[in-house]
Amino acid sequence: MSDERSVRLVVGLEVHVHMKTRTKLFCSCATSFGDPPNTHCCPVCLGMPGVLPVMNREAYRLGVMTAMALGCTINERTKWDRKHYYYPDLPKNYQISQYDRPLGEHGLLEIETPAGRKAVRILRVHLEEDAGKLNHAPGGEECSEVDLNRAGTPLLEIVSEPDITSVEEARAYCTSLRQLVTYLGVSEANMQMGHMRFEPNINLHVAEHGETFATPIVELKNLNSFRAVERSIAFEARRQLAEWDETHRTLKAAGKTTRGYNDDTGETFVQREKEEAHDYRYFPEPDLVVVTPEASWLEELQQTLPELPLAKKDRFVREFGLGEYDAGVLTATIEMARYFEAVAAASGSPKAAANWVTQGLAREMNERGVTAESEADFPVTASHLAELVRAVESGTINKQAGDKVLRAMIDTGRTAGEIIEAEGLAQTSDAGDLDRWIEEALAANPGPAADYRAGKKQALGRIMGHIMKASKGKANPRLVTERLEKKLSE
Amino acid sequence: MGIQRSEVEKVAKLSRIALRDDQVDLFAEQLSRILNYVDQLNQLDTADVEPLSHALPVANVFREDVPQASLTADAALGNAPARTAAGFKVPRVLDDGGSA
Ligand SMILES: [Zn+2]
Repeated sequence: MSDERSVRLVVGLEVHVHMKTRTKLFCSCATSFGDPPNTHCCPVCLGMPGVLPVMNREAYRLGVMTAMALGCTINERTKWDRKHYYYPDLPKNYQISQYDRPLGEHGLLEIETPAGRKAVRILRVHLEEDAGKLNHAPGGEECSEVDLNRAGTPLLEIVSEPDITSVEEARAYCTSLRQLVTYLGVSEANMQMGHMRFEPNINLHVAEHGETFATPIVELKNLNSFRAVERSIAFEARRQLAEWDETHRTLKAAGKTTRGYNDDTGETFVQREKEEAHDYRYFPEPDLVVVTPEASWLEELQQTLPELPLAKKDRFVREFGLGEYDAGVLTATIEMARYFEAVAAASGSPKAAANWVTQGLAREMNERGVTAESEADFPVTASHLAELVRAVESGTINKQAGDKVLRAMIDTGRTAGEIIEAEGLAQTSDAGDLDRWIEEALAANPGPAADYRAGKKQALGRIMGHIMKASKGKANPRLVTERLEKKLSE
Repeated sequence: MGIQRSEVEKVAKLSRIALRDDQVDLFAEQLSRILNYVDQLNQLDTADVEPLSHALPVANVFREDVPQASLTADAALGNAPARTAAGFKVPRVLDDGGSA
């Protein structure tokens, strides 16, 4: 056991993002999910000899757009390469990928961590094709079955520099990337459908006895949830430290190994030792020509980039005076942000609109098990919610009645105005009515009234409660408070 | 420029090709001859020549993202040496570390 030791976790992440195109990367077969096996295949994606792959324009555009949003330098000349390996889910025995001329290089992704914001450097962004799927032991048979529906579908690979130094940062990086690609419309990033796959490269920098040692790098393959990313990295950090204590093996001595991750146990296991490491024998794909994007096209594309999540969040704080937390909730998805901005504009009260969206509406959506992934998920339209916000802000109804109206709006599809009218919920500001309720309340609560007069100001709450109950919430609370205080100080 | 036996063995292994011992020698010799032939190009001064990854003076070939009909599953599986009801039948795969 050594004294004064410090251990730093070092993580780089490779992320594969399944892109939202209608067709595959090099052929016109439809991209699909859950369809019967091998029903979206053609000679190109089956790897037949003599076929010609042709680049999907939309996949290329979405890829460049992502690289741009990550602040990458876009290569003026990009090309594709063959990466060779043998596996039954890869029909050509090579994958068309990008080796030395990726779409973009040297970008940044700003992430939010418990310790504040941090920029993680992006090494590269490239476009490649996915492999097929293997079903093991179909129908209990002693074999595997290959389904090539997914073979050739476009993937974006985003590789970070090893700038991530904690489990929390790793999670923040993955969620920020997911948020970014959904903002851009590049991917649905549906985790259940495997739209994002993560491959962390992990090691430790151990400083002891005045020297710093790097432990052997471990690459974890094919993680498909944020939780798996967190747990597997935490496990590796513990395992590598224990291994270091035992063997003192360094990166120089042992190199890099590949490990798998078992989500049931939360543990990683040896998958491929160094001596079996792949030699992919990259060479330029002769069937695809180079792409040299024009400056004017790139400029146009830059113009179409939406406001990015953190910029939007900052603007919500600055422009609408929202708190950091609320601004984060309201920019979690681009649909949520659009919805909120529409309610804010139509109601004229951004702060109140933010409260209604993050509290009242969010609660109702929660109870109904709805998440805001698309515009259609919002149970009331932005203009209808804005009408409710205006009704509360102008004092037509109070907050409590507002909650009731919102529920009715969701259940019946009627507007706030219709419900307020039909249910007689509009607040009363009529002096005669208010005074009658006040008199009743004072008569029923002589104790609190005396307490208030004796200086216990909080006694007012009891009396207010009585009035709101007697008036079924219709008494305008601001006016009641004014008149009640006046009456009690007479 | 010579190709060693060990290099032939490595490439053969990576390519999943089983070679007899005499074939290793044969291919080492043949591959060396081919490389030596191509090596003549190194006599040219290419200091001012842009590297080329493609022989055609063509760039930016795309197709639109519009689906076309695919093959039927039976047609897709038509050339498979073995098939299951719905897919290509391959020997049981244990490790799952293949893809990209
Ligand atoms: Zn196809």
